[in-house]
Amino acid sequence: MLNRIHDLYDELERERVMLSFKGALTPELVTALLGAVERKVGSLEPDPRTRKRVFNVVMECLQNLYHHNAEPKLENSDPGAAIEPHGVVMIVHTEKGYSVLTGNFMDGAEVERLKTHLDRINSLQVEELREFYRATLADGKYGRNGGGGLGMIDIARKSGGKLEYGFVAYDKDNAFFSLNVNVTS
Amino acid sequence: MAPLQLEGSPKTPTVNFDPETGLLELKGRSIPENSIDFYKPLIDWLDKYGREPKPKTALHVQLEYFNTSSSKCILDVFKKLEGVRATGNEVTVLWHYEADDEDMLEAGEDYAGIINIPFKMIQIEEVDGN
Repeated sequence: MLNRIHDLYDELERERVMLSFKGALTPELVTALLGAVERKVGSLEPDPRTRKRVFNVVMECLQNLYHHNAEPKLENSDPGAAIEPHGVVMIVHTEKGYSVLTGNFMDGAEVERLKTHLDRINSLQVEELREFYRATLADGKYGRNGGGGLGMIDIARKSGGKLEYGFVAYDKDNAFFSLNVNVTS
Repeated sequence: MAPLQLEGSPKTPTVNFDPETGLLELKGRSIPENSIDFYKPLIDWLDKYGREPKPKTALHVQLEYFNTSSSKCILDVFKKLEGVRATGNEVTVLWHYEADDEDMLEAGEDYAGIINIPFKMIQIEEVDGN
């Protein structure tokens, strides 16, 4: 493992990874990561609109990880163990802008619903997306965390591009969800 | 009734609700993980204020960032003020946005399109945030 640390660093450097994190998120950690991203993007990105969009996307993605992650219970794990939000995030400075990549475990039964939602978002043009946002904002429905389905719509609006995503079956109850959001500068 | 004053933090806005002047302010960043908890005292305060409002109420919103968890809570704040307006009082929302922040202007327009209160869009140089 020891000799792979430098390889790992090299690879992250080569891929122009600005920040990467894997593990359990807390609100304090979300704040700290956002602070790091704000400083880094502030020094790299001359366009204030792009800076804000990157911050917004990272914020929504990190809070998605915080809210929606459940580490799947492994067969041999302590059944009483607390389930912490658990995931992976990587922010990459690309040729065209920035990529915010996140991955988290989710309830396999929710995959179809999320996929339908993402496909709908990806099928919409800018103005249609704004209409969808307004309608969802006004619908009076609240999610567990207040957002009520606005998160992915907002991420897509701030990205200005299509959301790239994938699901991998993990076990009979859980799936791993990967999301790549590109923000072009 | 007492004013509602909350100091801003890296994730929550500065709140200044003054029942004597009818001047309400929400400034800074609204990006907490659980916005419902943060906004509950604001909604409760507005409920009370709505029973004995000033003839003129002005809400200044000057946010640098807000997350989608806050979006519906902010809408609830506006809905409370919509109620104040419906009982014959003058209510205005003054939505401040930075000159280069077209997204924040659009966000204000999104609310203005949903809520029956006159919005004034006010362009500013830079948000005095956290």
